[in-house]
Amino acid sequence: MAERSFAREVEGLKLGEGEVFRGEGILAITKALLQSGVAYVGGYQGSPISHLMDVLADAKDVMADFGVHFETSASEAAAAAMLSASVMYPVRGAVTWKSTAGTNVASDALSNLSSGGVTGGALIVIGEDYGEGSSIMQERSHAFAMKSQLWLLNPRPNLPSIVQAVEVGFELSEASSTPVMLQVGIRSCHVHGQFVAKDNQRPAFTLKEALENPRRDVDRIVLPPASFLHEKDKLERRWPAAVAFIKSRKLNEHFGPPEGEVGLVLQGGMYNGVMRALQHLGLADVYGNSAIPLYVLNVAYPLIDDEIAEFCAGKNAVLMIEEGAPEYIEQSLNTILRRRDIQTKVIGKGVLPMGGEYTTPVLLKGIKAFLDERQRALLRNQPPLPDPTPVLADPKVKALADVVPPRPPGFCTGCPERPIFAAMKLIEKELGPHHVAADIGCHLFSILPPFNIGGTTMGYGLGPASASAFNVTADKRVISVMGDGGFWHNGLASSVGNAVFNKQDGVILIVDNYYSAATGGQDIPSSRARNPRRNTNNSIVKAVKGVGASWVRQIDRTYDVSQMRDILREALTTKEKGPKIIVASSECMLNKQRRERPHFNKAVGEGKRMVRERFGVDEEVCTGDHACIRLSGCPSLSVKHTDDPLKDDPVATVDNSCVGCGNCGEVAEAAVLCPSFYRADIIHNPSRWDCFVYQVRSTVIRWLQHRRQASRIAFEA
Amino acid sequence: MNEQVAVAERMSSAKPLSIAILAMGGQGGGVLADWIVALAESQGWAVQATSVPGVAQRTGSTLYYLEMLPAQDDVMPVLSLMPTPGDVDVVIAAELMEAGRSMMRGLVMPERTTLIASTHRAFAVAEKEKPGDGIGNPLIVVEASEFAAKTTIAFDMEAIAACSGSVISAALYGALAAAAVLPFDKAAFEATLRASGKGIEASLKTFEVAYARAQNKPKDEVRASPPKRFEPLPESVGQPALDTLITRIWSEFPEAMHAFLFAGVKKLTSFQDPSYAGEYLDRVGELHRLDLANGGERQSFAFSMQAVKYVAIAMAYDDVIHVADVKARGSRFERVRSEVGARDGQILYLTEYMHPRMEEVCGTLPRRLGEWIEARPDLFKRLDRLVNRGRRVRTGTLFWFGGLYLVSGLRRWRRGTLRHHCEGARREAWLATATSLLLTNYSLAVEVLECRRLVKGYSDTHARGRSKFDRVLSALPLLSEREDGAAWLKRLRQAALLDEDGVALDGALKTVATL
Repeated sequence: MAERSFAREVEGLKLGEGEVFRGEGILAITKALLQSGVAYVGGYQGSPISHLMDVLADAKDVMADFGVHFETSASEAAAAAMLSASVMYPVRGAVTWKSTAGTNVASDALSNLSSGGVTGGALIVIGEDYGEGSSIMQERSHAFAMKSQLWLLNPRPNLPSIVQAVEVGFELSEASSTPVMLQVGIRSCHVHGQFVAKDNQRPAFTLKEALENPRRDVDRIVLPPASFLHEKDKLERRWPAAVAFIKSRKLNEHFGPPEGEVGLVLQGGMYNGVMRALQHLGLADVYGNSAIPLYVLNVAYPLIDDEIAEFCAGKNAVLMIEEGAPEYIEQSLNTILRRRDIQTKVIGKGVLPMGGEYTTPVLLKGIKAFLDERQRALLRNQPPLPDPTPVLADPKVKALADVVPPRPPGFCTGCPERPIFAAMKLIEKELGPHHVAADIGCHLFSILPPFNIGGTTMGYGLGPASASAFNVTADKRVISVMGDGGFWHNGLASSVGNAVFNKQDGVILIVDNYYSAATGGQDIPSSRARNPRRNTNNSIVKAVKGVGASWVRQIDRTYDVSQMRDILREALTTKEKGPKIIVASSECMLNKQRRERPHFNKAVGEGKRMVRERFGVDEEVCTGDHACIRLSGCPSLSVKHTDDPLKDDPVATVDNSCVGCGNCGEVAEAAVLCPSFYRADIIHNPSRWDCFVYQVRSTVIRWLQHRRQASRIAFEA
Repeated sequence: MNEQVAVAERMSSAKPLSIAILAMGGQGGGVLADWIVALAESQGWAVQATSVPGVAQRTGSTLYYLEMLPAQDDVMPVLSLMPTPGDVDVVIAAELMEAGRSMMRGLVMPERTTLIASTHRAFAVAEKEKPGDGIGNPLIVVEASEFAAKTTIAFDMEAIAACSGSVISAALYGALAAAAVLPFDKAAFEATLRASGKGIEASLKTFEVAYARAQNKPKDEVRASPPKRFEPLPESVGQPALDTLITRIWSEFPEAMHAFLFAGVKKLTSFQDPSYAGEYLDRVGELHRLDLANGGERQSFAFSMQAVKYVAIAMAYDDVIHVADVKARGSRFERVRSEVGARDGQILYLTEYMHPRMEEVCGTLPRRLGEWIEARPDLFKRLDRLVNRGRRVRTGTLFWFGGLYLVSGLRRWRRGTLRHHCEGARREAWLATATSLLLTNYSLAVEVLECRRLVKGYSDTHARGRSKFDRVLSALPLLSEREDGAAWLKRLRQAALLDEDGVALDGALKTVATL
């Protein structure tokens, strides 16, 4: 079950013609898919489209009503391959993933798909994880569109434009027999807005019909000589068809006056930022009126040469506003104009930065520099620009840099991965530092303080694969870490199979938290929950044994730091050759709490005997060294200044958000830290027997305490 | 060109109202943003909200951003997806340092921005993990906000929310309503909360309290750290042994030292007994006389002041007996009950996580016996194998409480233990070092006393602290002749508190070696 439920929002997907839909971008995309008569949907979760997958999963009933098949794909490659249903049959399909990471994984299938071409509309919704809030390498998906000849839509970031892009995307795909990518940014995915809905459509042609009436055409298969025909078809038929469609449907938009000395060409996604920058310069208003001609590329690829030539002709210069590097569109613009011998100057990365997110200040600076150079008169009425620099330069604000701490994401309160890395820290103290190959997932937070473990990360499920060069005789072994998400995505074959086959003499640590946790707690094959629509409870241990691993250890409670440490030690020192695989399993605490807390509260409300555990620190025993924190980093384990005049440094403290996972105590015990920690078991609705035993114990204990107190000569506390 | 200028003149001058919410993952910033969206829409405004939560943000900093303005029927406004520094009307920070971050990002402007911040702290790992005090000074944030914000509403909204059984977003929402920066009345704010579904009553209550608080007392006084708890020295407590101690403090020491002396005497009486506190007064009295003889009066008795504090700390060392004593006390049982929020009718049991080693056992044995075992490594190792393991001490049960009770009762024989002997020897060596410098380099002698701060923790941590203490003091031969020796020793001590392994200290020691 995913972390966030969209059950309530999904009701909006049922809206009909003329009703106003209000909600987030991802919901709007789902609604648009239904309005387009999509027959199947698949994808792989990952920010910023994780919630799109969650919405689709929560919308299963609505989708089922319309005969839509939805699948949580094993990987982006699986999702892309799913689109092959649209190769021979006139069914519309859509898949989604995070890009560019996911597009990299999917690109094999994408190349084959686009080579043979499609019959039914094939739409790939990619969440472009770029700029602030991104968690991956900063690259552009644009390159995939160009190399495989997929069309790339980049609509203006408002709900009506995004919805229209989905609908028209299918049409474009069908008109040009080409898969279409729809690119949405992080903020567009989460933007709250509204649009006027249409009725949902049943698929015109169903998958059932396809299965019962199979078709084949060997010319659609990527094998010579067909592959050469594909290339020809792509260039000579599909491309012109796409251009004609885009032109006739006016997918790219013009704003502002029809004529001008200068103009701006921009990707659709840049529109709101550019308009805000123009507004600051006094050249646009909040309702979309612009004093400068704008040519907005809602279709970022292919470019429409005629439209560009027409827009540029007669202008002395245009500014190409294109986020990311390399500047593919700017290069194409120059080529188009050069071929037609149009002398309009193309300025782009000359005044705008080559890389990085185009925030409003960045755009403002670039556009201003462009106008300064090309048409200064426009800046005549410029109002004062927002300028934080005097405030930022003030010593009082500058002083903040010394006290405001960095706050990167980290392990949650009670995270079961924390004790794993605490154990690795303990082993590090014992056996020295090791080369640790990390992977993608929550466990990658280990590279940050306080653990500082992990040297590289090479991709999802590729942690152990990225350690494969270190398969040489040495006094230390390589350790690689991989999550259960990565394991099922790619890791079983590429990492474990590879390590077994090559007799890799390293340690492979598989962190099993029962979910694809980092992306929002979606189920995966080894999830322990019973999911009626998926096959879960498939053992990772069996899977690795199935591909030939022999040294396999399973830990069913990662919080047992001593055991965790001992198994790590054994794996690092055993004489046995081949990969030493440790599967460390405990449920993601975020999901566990979400699942169990309501049950707990309900049971307490019903008067059932329930025990709640949490941890605490005896302030008087704590000496303020914070060694416990350096082996934990738990949000609920904090520090506080004390009013004890004989203590200089802040003491450790456990706050009310503690979920009683046990890590503090286990670490204090395993690392021989200090006896400050205690676990408090609070018995709600104690039974009569509980009360009786407690009464007896308390009476004796209190008597002893009084006796001691009476014999003690001391000041009152 | 003329046409373009003409267009410019026809343009609307409307500007959206902008709100940035800075929170930590899991604090409910998204919920707050949703409420504001629903509020604005219910009042006929066009509103856009975005965020960069990234599902994996977890405990990291996140930002939500909203723009809104009165809707026009025929045309939707074009709103920005991200805040522009210098162009934000309201900044809501769900934690004090996040308020600081908003100012560092240039989102808060003196002529324009209302800053609504909760003054509570959620310390970042970078602050918590330092072996010393790594907590950022909150006063810097307060000073910056007084300069950078047009209006500031800042109080502990987390506490208000916790009191009302709700979450911080409801308190922030109440403060936003009270700030009157959005042109909507209070009833509209409440109506949105009511329509939101879960935990309505608690949310409304929190909203109400925060609203009232923001109107009556919009700013909490923020302190860098709580004041130290000094109790005035009484004339008498009516117990002869204790009164003797009190009288000695009154008669033998200048008044400036009384508060600390009393704290020390209390601590040591509780740690051992009144006569041990008397030994403490003997020792610091001696040190004070030395101080006096070496011109301490001119230095406001800086040496005596530090001696009073650190001798008490050194004498109340953390041994097994002390830990058992603390854990078994009745007052502790009561304190923990309230700390963990156990209510009447609920039963509370405690489990202590202890890991005694042979070192601790030996330290608790009579000195000769302890030394005899320590002198036989093989025997020590064999015994260690028996002793050295984690023990879950279930303090609420008779067996385990009995154990703690017996160990804490060893207090009577503490003076004869090996640990007591070792602590005394170390303490005297340290004090000898300090006093030897008193005549030649007074301020360095004071710093030597303060270095006792480095010795803390248990087991390995304690050993590491000791080694840092030794390493810092190893620089003394290089510093004792220098006028700035004290400043250098202080720097070394600060470096030692920066990281666990003493990397910064090694660097600082190298620098000292080049002096």
